[in-house]
Amino acid sequence: MSIQILSPRITVVKPWISLAVKEKLIHGFFFLNGILSVIVLLGIFALLVFTSIPAFQEINVGSFLFGLEWNPTSYVKEQYGIIPMLVSTFMVTLGALVIAVPLGIGTAAYLSDVASPRVREIAKPIVEILAGIPSVVIGFLGIVLVGPILAKVFGTHNGLNALNGSVLLAVMALPTIVSISEDAISNVPKSYDQASLALGASKWQTVIKVKIPAALSGIIAACMLGMGRAVGETMTVLMATGCAPAMPESFLGPVRTLTSSIAIELGEVAYNTTHYYALFALGLVLFIMTFLVNMTSDIILHKYEKVNR
Amino acid sequence: MNTMIKEKKSNQKNVEQEVISAELEENNMKVRVENFNFYYDTTQALKDINLEIKANSVVGIIGPSGCGKSTFLRCFNRMNDTISSIRYEGKIRIDEKNIFDDNLDVVDLRRNVGMVFQKSNPFPKSIFENIAYGLKINGIKDKNFIAQKVEESLKNAALWDEIKDRLHKSAFALSGGQQQRLCIARALAIEPEVLLLDEPASALDPIATAKIEELIHELKKKYTILIVTHNMQQAARVSDYTAFFMLGELIECDETNKIFTNPSKKITEDYVTGRFG
Amino acid sequence: MKKKKMEQFIGFMFLRVCIGLVILALVVILYDIFSKGSGVINWEFLSAMPRKGMTEGGIFPAIVGTFLVTIITALLSIPLGMGCAIYLNEYARKGKVTRLIRMSIRNLSGVPSIVYGLFGVVVFVQLLQLNTSILSAGLTLGLMTLPWTITASEEALKNVPQSYRDGSLALGATKWQSIRTNVLPYSIPGMLTGAILGLSRAAGETAPILFTGAAFYLPFLPKSFSDQFMALPYHLYIMSTQHHAIEKVRPIAYGTALVLIVLIFCMNFVAIIVRYKLRKVKME
Repeated sequence: MSIQILSPRITVVKPWISLAVKEKLIHGFFFLNGILSVIVLLGIFALLVFTSIPAFQEINVGSFLFGLEWNPTSYVKEQYGIIPMLVSTFMVTLGALVIAVPLGIGTAAYLSDVASPRVREIAKPIVEILAGIPSVVIGFLGIVLVGPILAKVFGTHNGLNALNGSVLLAVMALPTIVSISEDAISNVPKSYDQASLALGASKWQTVIKVKIPAALSGIIAACMLGMGRAVGETMTVLMATGCAPAMPESFLGPVRTLTSSIAIELGEVAYNTTHYYALFALGLVLFIMTFLVNMTSDIILHKYEKVNR
Repeated sequence: MNTMIKEKKSNQKNVEQEVISAELEENNMKVRVENFNFYYDTTQALKDINLEIKANSVVGIIGPSGCGKSTFLRCFNRMNDTISSIRYEGKIRIDEKNIFDDNLDVVDLRRNVGMVFQKSNPFPKSIFENIAYGLKINGIKDKNFIAQKVEESLKNAALWDEIKDRLHKSAFALSGGQQQRLCIARALAIEPEVLLLDEPASALDPIATAKIEELIHELKKKYTILIVTHNMQQAARVSDYTAFFMLGELIECDETNKIFTNPSKKITEDYVTGRFG
Repeated sequence: MKKKKMEQFIGFMFLRVCIGLVILALVVILYDIFSKGSGVINWEFLSAMPRKGMTEGGIFPAIVGTFLVTIITALLSIPLGMGCAIYLNEYARKGKVTRLIRMSIRNLSGVPSIVYGLFGVVVFVQLLQLNTSILSAGLTLGLMTLPWTITASEEALKNVPQSYRDGSLALGATKWQSIRTNVLPYSIPGMLTGAILGLSRAAGETAPILFTGAAFYLPFLPKSFSDQFMALPYHLYIMSTQHHAIEKVRPIAYGTALVLIVLIFCMNFVAIIVRYKLRKVKME
């Protein structure tokens, strides 16, 4: 065998536009595309701020943030206090977390440490399917299924109340909590549980005393993301919580969250009125709340990733 | 008929040119590395390397793992550019042109300096398309020419006879050794002058390895070859010159025979006789 | 020793109860919808217009509306999502800007859907004067889906081995050539799968379209993308809370919920098929 070059040498065809220039242009194009997400996020924030400003020419910021009554259509005096809605949002979210956090962590621990591979293969898609069910369907079931049950159990007039909202939001937050917690728990180095088991700890003790504490920051982040979802969820609470704009009295009474207030009133309000702007101010409050929750969980997750590497 | 004559003519021309350049290269070195330093972030991976490589020779690069030999190899076609936060100092000249020159086109450089990676990396295409890929991205559209070039490259990589009946089957169906020769053929198709081989046989069985080594022997008639290897016997078998690296420094580079029988540095002797590494 | 075993038994039992409850939730949801919804599903329900104040007839316009709005969503979010993913995975180097982009994406996916609705009202409905229309609603949903598409596309790009990129760069390909010819073809299946999954979620969203184009009741199909439309999730919302005879239309609401869920499952199924088919093609 010998090396032969029989064919004529390659003549490289240069394109009409220099390759280097073309590459720069393409790079620039994708950079703009990449930066788009920053623009959208800033855009949403800026828009909420600018559309809220006119509201505060009419409404006192203090009475907005600390007012105990929300009644923008009153004939006597319009009231724009968001405290009832904040309390409602807080109650519903808290209730959801009380249900979803133990369930979610338990499920995650089961999937990562106890389940056989076959059970995991079946259970993981189930969690994913649950995540895929639209919120409006969950809300609908809140009306037709959860509501009547709650009414019967607690003997209330109807079951459209904060508790109902909490149950539904728990279902909605579960997939997030389960999947992220499970990642966190399975990412705990194998050497940890081997060390623990070698010391004579049972599998259960290892899960509870070694693995969950080691994955704690990831689990907290997961719960916070779930919380972010619950705070921002609209349709389920809109449909299943009764939506009375008054200060909530108990978990068995109707509540009206920030999200459902916007959803209810934006449809009825005339564009560019104080009431309209006030709804954007609600949106701004909502945005800031979810932003803070998500950022915190993001920071926790980030730290946790670093520690694990 | 006409085209055949034309081709013959251009072939003759090429032969003439090659004779001329071969003459030039006798006095001139093909590759010159001058005071070359390389940094990842703040750690210095290569320290003040000086090296000259004759045209049509095979240089084996050996050294314990982590000594910077692969990094060094990847400098010749600037593949390290794909990693962020790296820095070069000094020069590498190929045919007297510094490859770090600002106005040098990296794409041209890589066309001229072919590379075969440690792990064979055929693309998930047919065998034919794998070889044709390099030609197509360089703007060649003439189908006959491509077919001719594919055949020639496969022949030159000693693969043609084994696979000529299944050119349009997936490259993944080939054995490990065949895949690696396919990658060599792919590199040959775009007519480089320098070939970089990064442990090309490290994942292969002895028979496949022997075939690659035989191939390298043939290829040096036409190309200048740098081969990184962790296998000292291999370096002894295939290379004309051997460069020994340690901790980012070039300890010594000399004729292979000398390095393995009578190296000038103690540490080289320790390494080649297997006292460490 | 015995105590330890007992403890473990109880502990594992608790975990089993947890997952049992999660599975139960899904089973109850699906069973209720399927058992009560399947009764009303027939050809007329799927293909007829609503009649008599939506107490009779079908949900055809809502199906069409959801379909049309999803097209607009796809047209916005798939190309932009892919482009952003290509930037992040192929071009971006580690640094502040990249970190900022990634942080923005994660935060965008946490922005409540009703806030996207507010954004849509001001930007698409008013500022760009698209009015309440399929276009406004689709674009709003498109923005909302963007972070999901980006994440899925990036995942798909990450699955392409680095050696494909190095291999073609070493053959003298420019960066874009290497991406276009040797990375994108192998990541398209994953990208499409992710995109379809994102779209299926968008198709079920209600809050963003409440004020950007969804209509209570339209006796005719939309004629263009600048018309208002009926949508399945919004229709379900109307039928279960806003209708004047809620109890009477409950079967229709169940039917709508069933169609919506089946639609979403179908999209998920298509996504899986796409992944499977294209992966097979790639291997040949």
